[in-house]
Amino acid sequence: MSTVLGVDVGSRMTKAVVLDVEAAPGREILGCGKVYTHFDLADAARRAAAAALEDAGRGAGEVAYLSATGYGRYQVADRDLQITEMTCHARGAVELMPGVVSVIDVGAQNARAIRLAPSGRVLQFRMNDKCASGAGRFVERVAKALEIDLEEVSGLALRAEQPCEISSICAVLAESEVINHVTNGASIPDILQGTHVSISDRLASLVRQVGAEEPFALTGGVSRNEALVRALEERLEMRVQRHPLAEYAGALGAALLGRQRLHARAHAVPT
Amino acid sequence: MYAAGIDVGSTQTKAVVLDEGGRIVGRGIRMTGADVVRSSEEVLAQACASAEIPVEAVEYVIGTGYGRFRVTAGDDQVTEIGCHARGAVHLFPHTRTILDIGGQDTKAIRVNEKGEVLDFCMNDKCAAGTGRFLAAAAEVMGLGVEEIGPVSLESTERLKITNVCTVFVESEILNQLSRGRRREDILAGVHRSIAGRSASLLRRVGMEPELTFTGGVARNPGMVAAVEERLGLAVNVSEDSQYMGALGAAIFAVERARAGASRQEASR
Repeated sequence: MSTVLGVDVGSRMTKAVVLDVEAAPGREILGCGKVYTHFDLADAARRAAAAALEDAGRGAGEVAYLSATGYGRYQVADRDLQITEMTCHARGAVELMPGVVSVIDVGAQNARAIRLAPSGRVLQFRMNDKCASGAGRFVERVAKALEIDLEEVSGLALRAEQPCEISSICAVLAESEVINHVTNGASIPDILQGTHVSISDRLASLVRQVGAEEPFALTGGVSRNEALVRALEERLEMRVQRHPLAEYAGALGAALLGRQRLHARAHAVPT
Repeated sequence: MYAAGIDVGSTQTKAVVLDEGGRIVGRGIRMTGADVVRSSEEVLAQACASAEIPVEAVEYVIGTGYGRFRVTAGDDQVTEIGCHARGAVHLFPHTRTILDIGGQDTKAIRVNEKGEVLDFCMNDKCAAGTGRFLAAAAEVMGLGVEEIGPVSLESTERLKITNVCTVFVESEILNQLSRGRRREDILAGVHRSIAGRSASLLRRVGMEPELTFTGGVARNPGMVAAVEERLGLAVNVSEDSQYMGALGAAIFAVERARAGASRQEASR
């Protein structure tokens, strides 16, 4: 029984998804894995793939097709195909949350707003990859300045009573600003939720550029941040759909598109 | 008669004390920190101590910089744009354009021969092109901010830094290092990147020579070289570049003190 592997090499995390080549729709995901990217992108892809295969209980020898996406996609060794993140994220989001028409994928360094046709085809997209103002790094930097573990940010921010106003758009200048808030006696939850509100403003305007419409989904690592999701829901006045595997949307999309290629190849008339 | 200027910047607070003839007799500097009031009081005390005069001998104090309204000793406030312009023209009378790169913002200022501001343009929205960008690069490399300029001058291979965002550039630098690029070449690329952003600010105000480079970053020889290379002209840099705002404020303070003194005499 052969498998298809999709690998998404992001700037912070590298994710991989293993699919069964023949399984019925809805039952094809066999395993997932994610690792910190660090600096050797080829190595990150190998480690993520190994983690996903282990999760699936499958051997590397069974992989019939490997497709890569993410900013490090060209560094993935032995890949059969590389696909842009936009296409993969759209495909993955539709698979996880059928029917969504607008999606925002927020990673560590990029935010991508995508408008989809009911068929799942990408109609329009907008991306911020120039600066950390509207990406996960913004939250990461603030957390670091406050000496808080990134995984604890959401839980703390949910306890906010009156979110602080964070006026700096720049992640670096925001670090000084939050330190000032601490000095002036603001609580950590209020500062963190203020940060979420601030980033949500920018995410919401990115989504509006492609037309924000429900059903709306958030994918990428940031989708695990419950407090930020609430801030975004308030800003957009819309419900934000998520999925436990939303962080793997890109890798899943790559794997699904890879599987499609594999099937097309199998059915092609040999020349 | 003595007068002083205090410049409360985002990173450092500076003070300059002038005598009646406008000569610098004392300087003080320290990190601004969270307590702006205290740092402004301390730099004034420091400047007075270096001038060997009691603080009470200072007749007029002007505050400038982003924390100027919290300078308790200040009799008045003047914007940092006006103060930088005044200070630069005082030290280099042929100055027509000023580039001020501070810890958190960068300004291009065009002035007339009297040091009056004709136009200015500033980046304070983002750390790109400011001292913070350099500080971030230095930190990633494990070097001090005062070390990176001289190191960048040892570059032998041209390397382009593509990220504008300070946060992203940190990863880019680590990436370049992991690929075996030399830190000298990476740092030269970082300096050229800031010089490029400075050049576009200067274009927007319509740069005219002579150009005087001020702010803490002007003390970085790598930055001076990168700016000169980019603009194709020699720039004025003073030993007191980081005191330029405080100096300008002190010059205004001397003028006010003189005017005040003559007013008092006239009313007698």
